[in-house]
Amino acid sequence: MGAKILTGNQTAALAAKLCRVQVIAAYPITPQSKIPEVLSEYVESGELHAEFVRVESEHSAMGVCISASLVGARAFTATAANGLAYMHEQLHWAAGARVPIVMPVTNRGLGAPWTILNDMQDSIAQRDTGWMQFYCLNNQEILDQVILGYKVAERLLVPVMVCFDGFRLSHTMMPVDVPDQEAVDEYLPPFRPAYELDPERPVNINPVVMTDPIPGVDGRLWPGYMGIRRRLQETLESALDVIAEEGRTFGARFGRSYEDPLYRYRTEDAEILFVTMGSLGSEASEACDLLREQGVRAGVVGLRLFRPFPVKAVAEALSRVPRMAVVEKAISYGLEGALATEVKAALYGLNGARPIAVNFIVGLGGKDVKPVDLCEAARRTLSVESHGNAPLHPVWLSNEI
Amino acid sequence: MATALLDLPEKEYILPGTRTCAGCGLPIAYRHMLKALGPKTIVTLPACCLTILHGMYPKTPVLVNAVNNVFGGTAASASGLVAGLKALGKDDYTVLAMAGDGGTFDMGIQALSGAAERQTNFIYVCYDNEAYMNTGVQRSSATPAGAITTTTPVHPKEQPKKDFIQIMEAHHPAYLATTCSSYPLDLYDKFSKARGISGTRFIHLAIPCPAGWGYPTKDTVKIGRLAVETGVVVLYELENGVFRLTGKSLNLAKTRRKRPVEDYLKTQARFRKMTPEQIEAYQKAIDERWEGFLNRAGL
Repeated sequence: MGAKILTGNQTAALAAKLCRVQVIAAYPITPQSKIPEVLSEYVESGELHAEFVRVESEHSAMGVCISASLVGARAFTATAANGLAYMHEQLHWAAGARVPIVMPVTNRGLGAPWTILNDMQDSIAQRDTGWMQFYCLNNQEILDQVILGYKVAERLLVPVMVCFDGFRLSHTMMPVDVPDQEAVDEYLPPFRPAYELDPERPVNINPVVMTDPIPGVDGRLWPGYMGIRRRLQETLESALDVIAEEGRTFGARFGRSYEDPLYRYRTEDAEILFVTMGSLGSEASEACDLLREQGVRAGVVGLRLFRPFPVKAVAEALSRVPRMAVVEKAISYGLEGALATEVKAALYGLNGARPIAVNFIVGLGGKDVKPVDLCEAARRTLSVESHGNAPLHPVWLSNEI
Repeated sequence: MATALLDLPEKEYILPGTRTCAGCGLPIAYRHMLKALGPKTIVTLPACCLTILHGMYPKTPVLVNAVNNVFGGTAASASGLVAGLKALGKDDYTVLAMAGDGGTFDMGIQALSGAAERQTNFIYVCYDNEAYMNTGVQRSSATPAGAITTTTPVHPKEQPKKDFIQIMEAHHPAYLATTCSSYPLDLYDKFSKARGISGTRFIHLAIPCPAGWGYPTKDTVKIGRLAVETGVVVLYELENGVFRLTGKSLNLAKTRRKRPVEDYLKTQARFRKMTPEQIEAYQKAIDERWEGFLNRAGL
């Protein structure tokens, strides 16, 4: 098909079509609404053969996807912000039920007070639901990560959120290289569920489970709750290798590899690294160029994966740099940004080979983040002489009253 | 033609070993429902007494496929089953959603209203034991006025039961019926009919609960019958806009032998604090409702 100029939302809908999703359930919420609108058009015009369930809430959207997936259909939905929060219970259920749903999240701030604009508080707050979380730098990555998402989700039986910045990507047009349908079909064959519905061999899916293993009719022990939940954790632990492998295959077929869980820009000789996620990687890269013109050797590490967390890759990328500015659009109130906490945890135990870290909270509720703001973050980080002098609390870069 | 007892299918879909309480009305009803619906049924259920009936992992005594889902999401889960099965060309399954009064009148109302408005092709059953029985008899919006529950322990519930069946009628489902576990043949006929209709079908199923209502476990069938004989529960169906009283309720309408509600109330400990004034008010409400049904039925 070649290059098209698309918004992030159009890209996400097109990616779902290329993946031949069979059941779509969606509820409108800014800035995601265009995704179900475009998909409705695909379905009503006959371009996509899928059941479209126009649900009355996000809670039901996820409920529809879970059950459709359980009977063997490839299921899709998309949401943001309070819609994602409303789904929270169902997100835990989807991961526990091991259904390979893929869901774009157009990242947006959570009320109160109301904002419809971008930050990442919504998806970061869903960190512990058992979903994989991919973050996109640009619209090309939205397309690629939806396709890659289904491939990985169906192999591991773990759902995937493809997170991208509301408005900054969802409503911004960019060139996107769109693969041919045949190429996607070859990469992503039809979904084959682990269990085929059979009236002769009825099962009771996700019933009450006891704390200790109980023998089945065959006499052997079946896992208790912790056994089932441990398997989810083990699968997510193995997911880094699976994503790397499938990301490499994706690269071989489509020319863009996702083997590396990190976006890296001018990191080799850096004296300071911006560590960030999502489209902020673009602003940070621009800031790098500005800083390098001024003689500051800056670089960028952007995480494409937040769950599973790429501990080794992060540790290797950051252990040799003297300073890092962890810049993020979400905060765990009472501590700092989750990314900062987790990046620092990845560096734990490296015997002092750890950079001086300063955490910057930026861009909440759509606040603009300019490269010059990030240059300021770099300068502040460079002025910290030792670990002991690093700020105890995150720095809010907002030019606010 | 009403089905005779000897004509019921012999095939059982509930094996011995359900974990419901002694005297529970639910297995009686469920047994006959599944006989009517057959093996190509897939049921979705929230956390409720039916979850207990379905047993604990890794065993189940129920011989149809079942999907458990979150408390407020039963009709959404059913919508997903319907959509998924349709997308895969497996159109010959009956999708059954079954939740209690808490999971329907209270928490499940949004998802159910949405699914009914979308004219989802499924059968939704609210089995109503008039409180949160599975969690220990807390008040729900289906609890009648005058009942003691664990969250109305000193002052019995003041507000009357929500008229949920009217709410569902306002959605204009393809089929709507009420039934009771004490009348398995009435129940069987309604589920047999529902199975053959496409679109949203809503069935309200009254289920006595010895643990929550406070009566001896041997009396479950009797209490259900008393509910119908006093007009607390009225058996009817609504199909293509035509209202019809059925079974015992039709018989009562013809014979004009409806019993006083006190006969029903005095059998249950939950009503022990009702005053004569409250009983009189309840009787009046039942009589007005009954007259309305007689008018609708043209009797």
